[in-house]
Amino acid sequence: MNSIYFYLAVPLLPLVASICVGILGRKLTDFFASSVTILSIFIAFVLSCITLNETLNGLVLNQTVYQWLLTGHYQFEIGFLIDNLTAMMMVVVTFISLMVHIYTVGYMKGDPGFRRFFSYISLFTFSMLMLVMSNNFLQLFFGWEAVGLVSYLLIGFWFERSTAIYANLKAFLVNRVGDFGFILGIALILHWIGSLDYATVFKSSDIIVAHTMQLFGQPVPVITVICILLFIGAMAKSAQVPLHVWLPDSMEGPTPISALIHAATMVTAGIFMVSRISPLFELSNTALSFIIIIGAITALFMGLLGIIQNDIKRVIAYSTLSQLGYMTVALGASAYSVAMFHLMTHAFFKALLFLGAGSVIIGMHHDQNIQHMGNLKKYMPITWITFLIGSLALIGTPFFSGFYSKDSLIEAVKLSHIPGSYFAYFAVLVGVFVTAFYSFRLYFLVFHGKEKWRLQKSAHRDAYHQGLNPKDNPHESPFSVTLPLVLLAIPSVVIGYMTIEPMLFGSFFAKSIFLDIKAHSTMEYLTHHFYEIYHGPLGMALHSILSLPFLFALSGVALAYYCYQVNSNFPKAILNRTQTIYRILENKYGFDAFNEKFFALGSRLLGERFWRVGDEKIIDGWLVNGIAKSISKLAEKIRLIQSGYIYHYTFAMVIGIFLFLTFFIKI
Amino acid sequence: MTHILSYSIWTPIFLGGLILLLSGKVSDIQAKWLSLSSSIISFLITIRLYTDFDFSFGQFQFQEFFHWIPAFHINYHLGVDGFAVPLILLTSFTTVIIIMASWRSIEDRVAQYMAAFLIMSGLMIGVFSALDAMLYYIFWEATLIPMFLVIGIWGGPNRIYATIKFFLYTVLGSLLMLVAFIYLYLHTNSFEVVNFYNAGLGLYTQILIFLALFMAFAVKIPMWPLHTWLPDAHVEAPTGGSIILAAVMLKLGAYSFIRFAIPIAPEAAIYLKGFMVTLSLIAILYIALIAIVQKDMKKLIAYSSISHMGFVTLGLFMFNSIGIEGAYVQMISHGFISAAMFLSVGILYDRLHTRHIADYGGVIHAMPTFTAFAVFFAMANCGLPGTSGFVGEFLVIMSAMQNNFWIAVIASSSLIFGAAYSLWMVKRVFYGEVRNQKIRALKDLSWREFFIVSILALLIILVGVFPKIITDMTNATTVQFLEHIHFIKPITLLPLDV
Repeated sequence: MNSIYFYLAVPLLPLVASICVGILGRKLTDFFASSVTILSIFIAFVLSCITLNETLNGLVLNQTVYQWLLTGHYQFEIGFLIDNLTAMMMVVVTFISLMVHIYTVGYMKGDPGFRRFFSYISLFTFSMLMLVMSNNFLQLFFGWEAVGLVSYLLIGFWFERSTAIYANLKAFLVNRVGDFGFILGIALILHWIGSLDYATVFKSSDIIVAHTMQLFGQPVPVITVICILLFIGAMAKSAQVPLHVWLPDSMEGPTPISALIHAATMVTAGIFMVSRISPLFELSNTALSFIIIIGAITALFMGLLGIIQNDIKRVIAYSTLSQLGYMTVALGASAYSVAMFHLMTHAFFKALLFLGAGSVIIGMHHDQNIQHMGNLKKYMPITWITFLIGSLALIGTPFFSGFYSKDSLIEAVKLSHIPGSYFAYFAVLVGVFVTAFYSFRLYFLVFHGKEKWRLQKSAHRDAYHQGLNPKDNPHESPFSVTLPLVLLAIPSVVIGYMTIEPMLFGSFFAKSIFLDIKAHSTMEYLTHHFYEIYHGPLGMALHSILSLPFLFALSGVALAYYCYQVNSNFPKAILNRTQTIYRILENKYGFDAFNEKFFALGSRLLGERFWRVGDEKIIDGWLVNGIAKSISKLAEKIRLIQSGYIYHYTFAMVIGIFLFLTFFIKI
Repeated sequence: MTHILSYSIWTPIFLGGLILLLSGKVSDIQAKWLSLSSSIISFLITIRLYTDFDFSFGQFQFQEFFHWIPAFHINYHLGVDGFAVPLILLTSFTTVIIIMASWRSIEDRVAQYMAAFLIMSGLMIGVFSALDAMLYYIFWEATLIPMFLVIGIWGGPNRIYATIKFFLYTVLGSLLMLVAFIYLYLHTNSFEVVNFYNAGLGLYTQILIFLALFMAFAVKIPMWPLHTWLPDAHVEAPTGGSIILAAVMLKLGAYSFIRFAIPIAPEAAIYLKGFMVTLSLIAILYIALIAIVQKDMKKLIAYSSISHMGFVTLGLFMFNSIGIEGAYVQMISHGFISAAMFLSVGILYDRLHTRHIADYGGVIHAMPTFTAFAVFFAMANCGLPGTSGFVGEFLVIMSAMQNNFWIAVIASSSLIFGAAYSLWMVKRVFYGEVRNQKIRALKDLSWREFFIVSILALLIILVGVFPKIITDMTNATTVQFLEHIHFIKPITLLPLDV
């Protein structure tokens, strides 16, 4: 199937479904709206699988769909690049999207925005597919911003809540800061290479290596500037410090989209982008160092914030931030395939955790505080088992999918020699302990221990929901909710074991990801270890039992067990000793306060100043009205001359004649 | 059909005049239908310009020529190239939109109101198609009169201040333009634009000519610091006036830079590039910051218009094809988007008679369909890819990077600030809790309103997804234009096909 129309159908199906449901919205029944979109996503998923099968058999397709614009010698096109990397992303995106679609039927039941929600998530799937299937930077940017738009719409889905519409504006603006860098990077590429087509750019990337440009009075290699600017885009989309601030707030949106957009797919767009254009990033060690340091900071410090959260979704949100940091670290270590591998496994288990959290939230009647939960394993067995699987995968338990990706990642960082990799290694190692601790803190508080909602005086209540009554029992969620949980739990367990060999050490990414083996030998060492020491995935898991990451993870779980199962006074005791640190964590290191005071308030003050002083006082007051006033003042003076008395005029005339004669008549 | 340009100009003027004459004799509703059909006829005539134009070469086509005032060598000379055709289509299209948009909101002197817009559209098409400087000047000044009346008669409470300011600002600039034209007439002994192009002036003269023309055109665009008339005019103008002002009238200035200032004084234009670029960047950044803090929706959109027009002038003065065509797409796109934005404000104003952002909140609860459109337009306004707003900004940023890294950095800042002012307004007006009972009682779009906003939305998407339809019109002319600027290659007229 080499026809471009076949591949075009994959993104267009969700688009058509989205438009139908969006426009006809109120005339459709809920059932029809959900069926149409689910069907279209299902077909898109099947087509994606067929595509993956074909690319596995060696297909690489790079073809234009249509010419978008032509000016001078620049042409911009819309087109697809289909290879293993793309096909893998297509399958992941459509699969998670399908799961979320099915889940939503149960989760959003009875919500007045039911159809609107389906329209949005289908639109999101379209945008994300356009992003991953693109064969040029322009279309990448298209998809990039389009997923941002849908994220905006979905975070603000419950538009009557002030927190939601604050969060969606914030998310869009922070993402725009990233896009600001991104578009400049694209502009630099166009300027130096004259094309935005991936293939052309990669082919001529050695042209720009030799060039430098003057920035702040210093010569800087062009390639470094390009890579860092593009990475700024990735920092916003993939929520890296300091542009991460929007992601925790995005939890204001409904839970299914937290799983789809803010955990599994959209936020990984930055990781995908860097891997896709690895031929450029490989040329700049400075950019790679920058990436690895940013990633390490995110991985460690955002994980720490997860420890003190009490909102079930926020714990998982910070966990997502931290895991995105891990992927970024892998990018910086030139282990792009490891980053993509972790992206894939993370998509499954993190979507599982979010959807599981959603199931818990339904069970608790929209009370999201984990301090009100406990012993839910008794009431929600499927949610319990699948959530446990997700948590085990997240912390990197041997044989689970998360283990293979995370362990390879940590090892890759250890082997990297890029400046900053030592710090990164430290960060990801400590991060393992932190991840295990917050994950199992959450797990024990929610599924084990006392049934704490029974200890509340009355049901938790906010403006929109009534929580679970102390006397009531939570119930397991409906089938449409538990089915996706089970379907996601399966890959969370097995996908790592099954795919690690071809993805990391085989030729799966050979045609998609470019490595400068001489300069960055990480992957080579990693492959060597895998075959010579471990002899395959089974050996890798067995070997890990004695490795540092496993011990760190184990001690994290053990500490969580001690704190929340054995001696529940212990956390409070620690808290009292470490008030300062707690306060810093509670204020999220002060990023929000700084942005609010400096950027938001600053630009408004500046605008106000420009308006009141620049426009109203100087231009209008002094110049426009000033000229008008001085003319009228002048006229007022001149008016006095026109007195109406004949003798005044005669006098002026005589003087005039006199002057005239003096100057012009030569005697 | 020969004389297609004359038909395009005089049909709406003639029909508008007819409606004025009939104004006492027909009922309001008849006047509305008459005006609507007149505007549609005029629009259909201009469609012929698009279908019959040969876009593969960039010279003036559809020429019409006869001597008008032989004593001063003033001719009635019309002709259009790839730069004029898209704007003419925009003008006649916008007129149809305005007449539909004013259907319910104007109750006083309906016939006169509609006639003013018909006449104005003919005059503006005249500006876009005149190849004789005097003819151009007359059309240019004449467009002021209907606009002056529209604001002065159907405007808001402070309309007298706004009209006087608007009129004085523009007339002052135009007078300097007249001086420049007279100088050029004395130099070439003709008012033919093409003769002006090939006059071979020295640099010093070119700079003076350029600055004189600059005063006229910069006021119209408007460029900082000559912009303060625009927010006042918009706030006082009725919805239709705001739409025509933003969608078409501002483009007269940008078009005139391309038609007159730059090709007549190319060396001066390159010499003064830094000056023009600085003003454009100030418009983009400074004005965007001002837009953020506006409390009146119309003022906010007016400031956002100025900021967007900054992209037009920035693109023009990059002197490369991507910049010029980017500026062109930006002009057309801004025509659609600003029309849509002002129309949206008009829709709210018709219902609640206030434009203050603070008076709104939670409109989405009562008007979900309208909110969907308004959010879409706001997104287009901040340059979301897939909408026309993106194409122009994107191309201009690309062209800015060809010149200088920092120009591109400042221009790209509009990505952030554009989103800030557009979406912050959306948040305060449309989202959140319902602010008061009046908002709860709002009625969603009528079929007429729905029809208008959907046409605009479809066009915004069309240009966003297939911008080629616009650049196909301008490609050849851009090549010719750039050759003239950079290599002083003479621009020639085709022989008249009379």
